Amino acid sequence: MIRFDNVTMVYDKKARPALDSVSIEIQRGEFAFLVGPSGSGKSTFLRLVLREDRATSGSVFVAGQNVAKLSSWRVPRLRRGIGVVFQDFRLLPQKTVFANVAFAMQVIGKNRSVIRETVPEVLKTVGLEGMGHRMPHELSGGEQQRVAIARAVVNRPGILLADEPTGNLDPTTSQGIMQVLDKINQNGTTVVMATHDDDIVNSMRKRVIELGSGKIVRDEAKALYTSMMPAVRPSHLGQPAPSREAVGSPAGASEEEI
Amino acid sequence: MRAAFVLGEIAGGLRRNLAMVVSVILVTFVSLTFVGAAGMLQLQINQMKGYWYDRVQVAIFLCGQGSTAAGCASGPVTPDQQKAIQALLDSPAVAQYVNDYHYESQNEAYQHFKEQFANSPIVDSVTPDQLPASFRINLKDPEKYQIISETFSSRPGVETVIDQRQLLERLFSVMNGASLVAIVIAGVMIVCAILLIGTTIRLSAFSRRRETGIMRLVGASKLVIQLPFVLEGVIAAVIGAVLASATLWAVAKFFLGDVLAKQYPDTAFISPAQALMLSPLLIGLGVVLAGSASMLTLRRYLKV
Repeated sequence: MIRFDNVTMVYDKKARPALDSVSIEIQRGEFAFLVGPSGSGKSTFLRLVLREDRATSGSVFVAGQNVAKLSSWRVPRLRRGIGVVFQDFRLLPQKTVFANVAFAMQVIGKNRSVIRETVPEVLKTVGLEGMGHRMPHELSGGEQQRVAIARAVVNRPGILLADEPTGNLDPTTSQGIMQVLDKINQNGTTVVMATHDDDIVNSMRKRVIELGSGKIVRDEAKALYTSMMPAVRPSHLGQPAPSREAVGSPAGASEEEI
Repeated sequence: MRAAFVLGEIAGGLRRNLAMVVSVILVTFVSLTFVGAAGMLQLQINQMKGYWYDRVQVAIFLCGQGSTAAGCASGPVTPDQQKAIQALLDSPAVAQYVNDYHYESQNEAYQHFKEQFANSPIVDSVTPDQLPASFRINLKDPEKYQIISETFSSRPGVETVIDQRQLLERLFSVMNGASLVAIVIAGVMIVCAILLIGTTIRLSAFSRRRETGIMRLVGASKLVIQLPFVLEGVIAAVIGAVLASATLWAVAKFFLGDVLAKQYPDTAFISPAQALMLSPLLIGLGVVLAGSASMLTLRRYLKV
């Protein structure tokens, strides 16, 4: 679904590249965490998928298309296939919950009856059934993020990108958000989530792609957020083997099931 | 659905920065009024040319008492001299340029003078023998005045040959000057209008950056994102252009039609309908101005 071939992204010629020869593939229907410290290239990764920027070299493929080769008038179509959720929700404060979600359909020209039918369904999926008439400021942070997720998936994109979606939320609320994302993933949407939240990563046991200084330093299935363990870090560079064990440990696997 | 959405966005945008929109309307109104004023002056000049060029004549003034011109050294024109001039006018060499001519005697000249200066005390101090007799010539081609002038000005008994068109040209050059001034003012105001439209669109784009950001992310097309902004500017400019057209119509109707036409009954002024003919031009100009100004601004300040 998303494939990076030797992608390098340089914003400033004098500084080190934001992404440095990154090659990776994320399959359709996968759930992947993108972890790593600030400045490691997580946001650049997401921006390249959305074609907010074009890679300096290498190719980015999204749903089989080389995004760098898309002419600018086709970019909107690419973005219709990608939902995005942010740390700061980005709801429209003067619109109701329903209108916020409907907005994403209106601007791509969906007709009114389809909107009236789809929006309540999606609100139900994210656990906000019957809250369509509320205003964003009347909702808790977790509920606002659910609205944002509803807006991101209302047009049924194949990919959902989440940039620190739990960054502003407490752990319990975050778990609720993760349940929603997992549900969306189980409906067949590829989910890529950039995060700093080790509890979340550890509890989900999904694929973890760790970036450091623009390079992929770890890519494991059903992994933990191990970059928080400084003692182990240096010896791991480039060798995925040790943390596989950790994943395999029965204690970790049984810890959380959503 | 999309049309309804775009219209809703426009209405919202216009409401949100009403003060800026009103200023755009006023600036385009003033600038287009000056453009229209220049246009009306040109229309008026054309109208007067059409009207007067058929009527104005070349006048050959004959020597009267007290004429000091070189040709009048032998005193007032004699009947023989007058006949010679008339014969020359009838000769094929001259007649080919002449539509028709008539002789205006000193008495007739006095009558015309009295009509023309009816309200002036000067009439009381003028007597018929102070005014020169003349041949009034209507030329086939007014540009050929030079030939008449060369042929007749050195004839004995001719005081001077005058092309009345030159008097009109002076009036027209004043009017051309006025329309040039109007164009210059219009140009300055149009620059103001472009800058103001740009600023307004910029503010509008800034205040709606959240919406446009989301529109971009969910894959709204460039058209849907940008059209509300462009139309906002265009609508304001069109309102300005309509106001300008209304103003020109009012000037043609109430100032030219009611005031000036009464003072100068023998002058053909342009009609309100003719002034309204300028209105599509003004509206078109407003649309192009606002459209291009907002498109340029959006390219810089609204990422799509």
